[in-house]
Amino acid sequence: MQNILSISSLTKTYASGLQALKPVDLEIRKGEIFALLGPNGAGKTTLISIVCGLVTPSTGTVLVDGHDIRRDFRAARAMIGLVPQELHTDMFETVWATVNFSRGLFGLGRDHAHLERVLRDLSLWDKRNDKIMTLSGGMKRRLLIAKALAHEPRLLFLDEPTAGVDVELRRDMWEMVRRLRDDGVTIILTTHYIEEAEEMADRIGVINNGELILVEEKARLMKKLGKKQLTLHLHEPLVSVPPELDGWGLALKNEGSELEYTFNATEEGTVIPKLLKRIGDLGIDFHDLNTRQSSLEEIFVDLVSARK
Amino acid sequence: MNASAPLPRFNRHGVMAIYLFEMGRFRRTIWQSLATPVITTVLFLVVFGTAIGGRMGQLDGVSYGAFIVPGLIMLTMLTESLSNASFGIHLPKFTGTIYEVLSAPVSAFEIVLGYVGAAATKSVILALVIFATANIFVDIDVLHPFWMLAFMLLIAFTFCLAGFIIGVWAKAFDQLQFVPMLVVTPLTFLGGAFYSIDMLPGFWRTLSLFNPIVYLISGFRWTFYGTADVTIGVSVAMTLVFLALCLGVVWWIFRTGYRLKS
Repeated sequence: MQNILSISSLTKTYASGLQALKPVDLEIRKGEIFALLGPNGAGKTTLISIVCGLVTPSTGTVLVDGHDIRRDFRAARAMIGLVPQELHTDMFETVWATVNFSRGLFGLGRDHAHLERVLRDLSLWDKRNDKIMTLSGGMKRRLLIAKALAHEPRLLFLDEPTAGVDVELRRDMWEMVRRLRDDGVTIILTTHYIEEAEEMADRIGVINNGELILVEEKARLMKKLGKKQLTLHLHEPLVSVPPELDGWGLALKNEGSELEYTFNATEEGTVIPKLLKRIGDLGIDFHDLNTRQSSLEEIFVDLVSARK
Repeated sequence: MNASAPLPRFNRHGVMAIYLFEMGRFRRTIWQSLATPVITTVLFLVVFGTAIGGRMGQLDGVSYGAFIVPGLIMLTMLTESLSNASFGIHLPKFTGTIYEVLSAPVSAFEIVLGYVGAAATKSVILALVIFATANIFVDIDVLHPFWMLAFMLLIAFTFCLAGFIIGVWAKAFDQLQFVPMLVVTPLTFLGGAFYSIDMLPGFWRTLSLFNPIVYLISGFRWTFYGTADVTIGVSVAMTLVFLALCLGVVWWIFRTGYRLKS
């Protein structure tokens, strides 16, 4: 698959000496949803800001669909839409005026039909003549998305798009992001809500202390780094794990009434039958069992804490 | 969805977007924008031109009331150019909306053209309104109307560029008024707005020649009445030097990203 964004050896050291980005290499494929995860100050916004032209990199190159962001900035930036983390708006302007401003700024003539479609998709059409200052926080967030879509970008950056947004609106935004992807727009989002990445992303990158720790297909990442837990609810509580089961790393929970086994997701299908047979041989009865897979959040926390 | 039209070498839509956005702000506040300088000018004309000027006789062959009109227009143009242009770029910096301009496919030249062009348009409109207002109080015959307009445009653009620099440099709104109030206004009062520097004793006259505003007022007055404290060529040259200086600073700002980019 063709790449829409190629980042090579990108670094950023601020005048204060803070190294916000260690050499970063990243390829983003056309049409994918890529989630960039990382704790506060990890370098997510710096990375996005460099690609969008808001921060000057120290070293490295960035190509947007083959266009260098510095030498060929017009072509590169024309393809990019940015929804910033903060709600930066011109509060005295109307919704309609501000989306028209955004489209013009990116070098395009007026297109009433496109802007109407964008505003309708974001449930802002009825507010088109309202001043921005009268909009709620959620509407302002959607307006920033409308502004970013006004010039029909091929690569959309969403920097913490659902920060401070209620659950219903968050679901609506996820839906909208999927629709954009269906229209062929590549989406890069940063988020604190790992649930968001888990729900939407095709691939996930984890950044910490300015270093891109890993980039992986979401499904493969969850399989590779995810843990599974099998819990057996016992008929009779046990005082301790029988010595015959020592090698399995089992743990007793809930005052001995639950026996818990943690294993790698890749081992699925091979170990469980063996364990259950062994437990049966020892005469340990259980009346129920369940399995649980670790969330992306747990994988993320493991990854980041392992690097500390 | 894609706007796949080939990219022009000059982003005229981008420049117009910034220009119209800024002019929209001017329209929204048109009464405040016009009322203050017009009332100030009328007060100056009533107090200095009519009340005191009646006892002053003629200066350089024109009535005192008419003599001070170019200086009054210049005073308004210089302060308003600095204020408007500095506010225009400082506001998006302050609110954070500058991100959109900096991430758009607009060059530094186009950004400056949009912001400074709009601020200069406002200044010229103000100057013309003040000129029309002054005509109600005193008779003014402009000797070189083309050069008056040309000088007006040159000074408006130059000082709006200076205002743009102040707007980028300022870290807070109160700093925007620092240069117009504490530098330009005193220098304008001391730069021959209300008198000819030829009326000053030798030492003070020589000292006045170090005041750059003298050259602007003198040149502008020449376009009205054909008389000047310094020759028109020197006035134009000094204005162009200041323009070149401002262009150099703006070029450096965008090259380094000074207080615009991290």
